[in-house]
Amino acid sequence: MNGRARPLPVGEAASLPLLRERGPCASFCGLSSILWLHRRMRDAFFLVVGSRTCAHLLQSAAGVMIFAEPRFATAILEERDLAGSADCQQELDRVVDRLLERRPDIRTLFLVGTCPSELIKLDLEKAAERLTARAGAGVKVLAFTGSGIETGFTQGEDQCLAALVPELPALAAGARNLLVIGTLADLVQDQIARLLGALGIGPVHFLPPADSHDLPPIGSGTDVLFAQPFFNSSARLLADRGARLLTAPFPFGVEGTRAWLAAAASAWEIPAERLAEVIAAPAARAEQAITRYREVLAGRRLSFLPDSQLEIPLARFLARECGVELIEVGTPYLDRRAMQPELDLLPPGVRLCEGQDVDRQLDRVAADRPDLTVCGLGLANPLEAQGLRTKWSIELVFTPIHGFEQAGDLAELFARPLIRAARLRV
Amino acid sequence: MQLKVWTYEGPPHIGAIRVAASLRKVHCVLHAPQGDSYADLLFTMIERRGERPPVTYTSFKAQDLGADLAELTKARVREAAERHRPELMLVAESCTAELMQDQAGALAQGLGLPVPVVPLELSAYSRQENWGASETFYQVIRRVLHRQVPAPGAPPRQRPEGARPRANLLGPTALGFRCRDDVTEVTRLLGSIGVEVGVVAPLGASPSDLARIPEADFNCCLYPEVALTTCGWLERMFRQPTVKTVPIGVGATRDFLREVGALAGVEVEPAATAEASRLPWYAHSVDATYLTGKRVFVFGDATHAIAAARIAAEELGLAVVGLGSYSRELGRDVRAAARTHGVEPLITDDYLEVEARVAELRPELVLGTQMERHIAKRLGIPCAVIAAPFHVQDCPARYAPQMGFEGANVIFDTWVHPLMMGLEEHLLTMFRSDFEFHDEAPPSHLAATESAAPAPQPGPTERELKRIPFFVRGKARRNTELFATDRGIQTITRETLYDAKAHFGR
Repeated sequence: MNGRARPLPVGEAASLPLLRERGPCASFCGLSSILWLHRRMRDAFFLVVGSRTCAHLLQSAAGVMIFAEPRFATAILEERDLAGSADCQQELDRVVDRLLERRPDIRTLFLVGTCPSELIKLDLEKAAERLTARAGAGVKVLAFTGSGIETGFTQGEDQCLAALVPELPALAAGARNLLVIGTLADLVQDQIARLLGALGIGPVHFLPPADSHDLPPIGSGTDVLFAQPFFNSSARLLADRGARLLTAPFPFGVEGTRAWLAAAASAWEIPAERLAEVIAAPAARAEQAITRYREVLAGRRLSFLPDSQLEIPLARFLARECGVELIEVGTPYLDRRAMQPELDLLPPGVRLCEGQDVDRQLDRVAADRPDLTVCGLGLANPLEAQGLRTKWSIELVFTPIHGFEQAGDLAELFARPLIRAARLRV
Repeated sequence: MQLKVWTYEGPPHIGAIRVAASLRKVHCVLHAPQGDSYADLLFTMIERRGERPPVTYTSFKAQDLGADLAELTKARVREAAERHRPELMLVAESCTAELMQDQAGALAQGLGLPVPVVPLELSAYSRQENWGASETFYQVIRRVLHRQVPAPGAPPRQRPEGARPRANLLGPTALGFRCRDDVTEVTRLLGSIGVEVGVVAPLGASPSDLARIPEADFNCCLYPEVALTTCGWLERMFRQPTVKTVPIGVGATRDFLREVGALAGVEVEPAATAEASRLPWYAHSVDATYLTGKRVFVFGDATHAIAAARIAAEELGLAVVGLGSYSRELGRDVRAAARTHGVEPLITDDYLEVEARVAELRPELVLGTQMERHIAKRLGIPCAVIAAPFHVQDCPARYAPQMGFEGANVIFDTWVHPLMMGLEEHLLTMFRSDFEFHDEAPPSHLAATESAAPAPQPGPTERELKRIPFFVRGKARRNTELFATDRGIQTITRETLYDAKAHFGR
């Protein structure tokens, strides 16, 4: 495919049947983004201002994988905070003081709003401004929401980055840069920077950065590439600051990565031949790496339950590069601006589903009996117990799966449950 | 506002879900925003359950707030009743829904469903998970049994002639620590003295099963956090006595049998004194000498922490240096137990406070929850898990009860496993410079992945202290400091170290 940054015409997608559902959900709220954000920004701390439920959610989702003391905590609202007998803003000052005393290494503190903090209209933006002034030099306090009323799962990262966008320094007039949006593994970030560098595109910056004070500049000379499909709010703010948003398929698999890089190359007027030359070796390696797993995956029937927003790009990769037959592709919400290039590549006849009614979706899974179902943590074992193979969607958010060098790993993640099922004799 | 890094208990609605997931033919509608459905994974991942807990979340979102949220709630309740056809419905609210004051329970009751609806008031901002479980269990039992309550002054129920004594086992729940295996073990134990088990609840009971609770002669309150309130009500309403001893440990299991024997009028001494557990012999065997006086810190729910402290002191010969619990509701029992061990009780749900206490006491073994495992790992102290909250690793495939004589065997093995064995300790003391066998080396039967390296400190006293094997060094340091403080000694020298050693003994 010859990639260009292009406003794609509505192609196949127009004919895709779209099922919209509203009902009981089985998904995390935006707070869960903290699970990877707190590892990404090493000098940042996330203070969730909410209820015991918020604390329990984070610990239960994280408890599966985290042993060390995490860089997040919860300020739990109590009856007296709600009854108005305690001033929540003062209480927050007290909690933040205690926290900063215990963790002097914190340089950016995110106050994270929740369902209860929003319902009682606790103004965390105001608190952040005050606390920044109080905390003194070197500590920046920012606020964003991870409320389950407003956000689902990966949207927490969108809200967090949206809180960072106003903090980005201005790019000097006449200067250019490329900004990659979305948490990436260190290793993947280096690979992408090398490829873009080889194309002559630079400087390349990443948001969120590993050092929360090392914020990339932004301005009318900035081109933005999205590494993940869930940056709706951040995209708007980035555009408001004059940046040009590039639209492309997401960098999963050979095709996605090539098209994604092509969007950058096109924006920077790099000749297509140069792109082909730079990516020839890694793309060939990726194709070779995928081949092994295509044998396992080809012809397998697969359903995605809506969870992380990565469903559509990953479905496209599996269908086009691994020969998977897509039964149903669920997505929490359909953001056409971000997804159109992906929708155009989906094979015809895919059942696309926006939103969630988990009972009905599980009924369809039970009727379809796909070879593999990609779903949230809570649903996997019940499906396994029905003799169905599953893949945790959250694993795809945490694992390095972007770019050419990870394309084989990505295919392997889907192949593994099938290989495992074939091995087991009990 | 409370700062929490980790929490011991979830919110009260999690307790309600635990009871719903334990019962059969019961469905719960939880009025909650979409993220609260994370609760499913507690059951399907930590306990590896093969089905989702029986909960329908209303999953409201921002756009629903303006619209008629009451209609959404009613629709979800109706759909859940239709789809799952339970014998009883629970309707609860999570913290967010409680703030909105939608009265989901009343709405559901007004629907005229063909099943009983039990609304739950869970006080999300002042109560916690175990209270929520206890309250839910109590409300369900009241709803199921209220029509059977005998008139005041009616004669108590008599056991039919020739029938065996019958006990109900109350309190075991989903996500309770080893509840499934405890039920098997206690049923076997009661069987050994000719007592049959009537109803086990909430774990595995349907509402029809619960209706048979009054047919038993007495109730065994296996987990007071969940069942004490209910047992008290059954005592008052049905004159069913409660067996309050929790049979964890050899001594407590014997006490339990005797308490049951007295109530049921059966002979229990042969069963109580039979050598049914290997723990007593293992504890007496010469190999276990090294356990003598090892300093242990105990923290957990009240049930398991109190039991663990007794086992540690009486059955393994360890020294209990700290005892605490996050179960505020049972704080009085924990305080009483702490008094018998001569230690200061720690009643708190603040992880940071527990961490500070462990650091201060420098125990040689920590018995706690998953949270104490974090603490012990950080401080380089061996640790075994005795109570919830626990990790998927502490939900073993094998039969691993805590209760009864087999439970005592399991406990012996589990607690001793993280420790260094006696002769290895001696060798370590003798040959301090062995490169494979030094301070940072873990017990040789455990994988060498973790290291407990105390920060090296200079000075002759510190060097002398270094020569003391690391697993007793904490105690030596503490004793020396105590000794010096008591005598107003300003500078601790090598001599002080040995003076303190002579004063305190090993």
